[in-house]
Amino acid sequence: MAHAGTLEINNLSKQYQVKGEALPVLENISLSIKPGEFVSIVGSSGCGKSTLLRLVIGLEHDYKGEILLDGKKIVGTSLDRGIVFQEHRLFPWLTVEQNVGIGLLNAGLSTAQKNKSVQEHIELVGLKGFETAYPYQLSGGMSQRVAIARALVNRPEVLLLDEPFGALDALTRTHLQQELQRIWEAEGITAILVTHDVEEAVYLSDRVVVMQPRPGRIKRIVDVPLARPRDRGSFAFSQIKDDVLSEFSDTPRGDIALVQPQETLGANWQFAW
Amino acid sequence: MTASTINTNLASVNESNRKSPLRYLHPATIPKPLRGWVIPALLLILWWATYRFGWTQSQLFVPISKVWETAVRLSSTGELWQSLAASLARDLVGFVIGSLIGLLVGGALGLSRLLEDLIGPTFHTLKQISLFAWIPLISLWFGLGDAAKVAFLALAAFFPVVLNSFEGIRSVPREYIEVARVFAYSRTQLLTRVVLPAALPSIFTGVYLALIYAWLATLGAEYLLTSGLGIGNLLTDGREHFWMDYVILGVIVVGIVGFLLNWIASRVEARLLRWRGRSVAQF
Repeated sequence: MAHAGTLEINNLSKQYQVKGEALPVLENISLSIKPGEFVSIVGSSGCGKSTLLRLVIGLEHDYKGEILLDGKKIVGTSLDRGIVFQEHRLFPWLTVEQNVGIGLLNAGLSTAQKNKSVQEHIELVGLKGFETAYPYQLSGGMSQRVAIARALVNRPEVLLLDEPFGALDALTRTHLQQELQRIWEAEGITAILVTHDVEEAVYLSDRVVVMQPRPGRIKRIVDVPLARPRDRGSFAFSQIKDDVLSEFSDTPRGDIALVQPQETLGANWQFAW
Repeated sequence: MTASTINTNLASVNESNRKSPLRYLHPATIPKPLRGWVIPALLLILWWATYRFGWTQSQLFVPISKVWETAVRLSSTGELWQSLAASLARDLVGFVIGSLIGLLVGGALGLSRLLEDLIGPTFHTLKQISLFAWIPLISLWFGLGDAAKVAFLALAAFFPVVLNSFEGIRSVPREYIEVARVFAYSRTQLLTRVVLPAALPSIFTGVYLALIYAWLATLGAEYLLTSGLGIGNLLTDGREHFWMDYVILGVIVVGIVGFLLNWIASRVEARLLRWRGRSVAQF
């Protein structure tokens, strides 16, 4: 089993320069994630949730504050952090097993160890028998399974998921959510899921972080103290889901303070990275 | 109308189609591998019929049998093969030189913004010059021999390779580059394992075009820089002496060689790029 990492985000702020003007995308984010915890980040488009993930994986730089993995400041990308993007991003010129194997290129393993690890992870995501298929032969759901195997093959300490099921149909999505839960439990890994699907977040997570946009901030963190596997139809599940959803509605429930609408940026800015 | 009557009606329509005497003439009844031969076969029949039924007395055309006799004679004396070998050797050397330089230049332009800024404008100006406008310059610098012809061919192959390899490298999706960064790829790993394979279809298009252009240019070079052996010289001889059989034989040989080069290239492409799958779109 992989070693699960502790992720500590302290006073993280990030801004982009747009036409010479500073545009804040994240402001003062602090979040502490325990080893083996599953945390979801939900928020509307433009709240900076994907940017937050890209900072943690190391694809974005120039931020203020700290991102610590097991107490060490993260620098650039590293094999101890794995990511699944919204698009599967498989290399079309490689087969399934080669696509999973590219993650191990710099892992310093022997060929035999690499093959074993690739095989194990293909089995983990339930794609045994498709090792030599090319991506054009796979469905969207299968491609995303390969992407999950590729992200896990290095046995990272943290698995980041950036709306991984956003482009899938509802049935496939529900099925892959169950699969992701099984994989997360099997690997005992720390996981951070960015999504705009509240039900998905409540179904999978120990905690749901609700973000609000312009600039991106944490609005509220909702605990999900339900035993797994969770029943989406249960009363307790619906209650937590409604609680999270109420953060997005215009007419908040009585027990939640009214949030002043933020000053909007004149132009139609839309950040989708 | 009930479903069963519709079915019956449809069945009778199919029945009447099946009984039509014209159904044997429908092109769809020709087996797929033979369909491409229909037009050449019709042309040959037309050509044969022209003389069989005496439709023309023109000196500007010859019967199919005369061309066949010339082909047999020239191949038994070896003249045809020598010409063909000379043309193909030239084609190959020019194609390889032009493509290799093209790959280097295209790769450099694609990978370096600095080089693109430095070389790009000059390159884009040069590529606007018609290939044949280089002939006077080339003949002055390299003479009329093989060196000049190969230089011309290399030039013909060079431009499509540069353009397409540059384009291929520049259009590698940023998403793939990010995957490589996530897995901590070195620059060499990024180039050999992501950029090159992602750009390969486009690079291949360039090489493929270069192959076609080089063969076209082979004929152009032999025709315009008339010295030595070659299929182009065979054509020139035929025209000057009014030997229509030579001219037509030359045209046929050029066409067959072009077809074969095309076929080889598409086989290589299908093998190298088999990961792209086959389009199944039907219209």
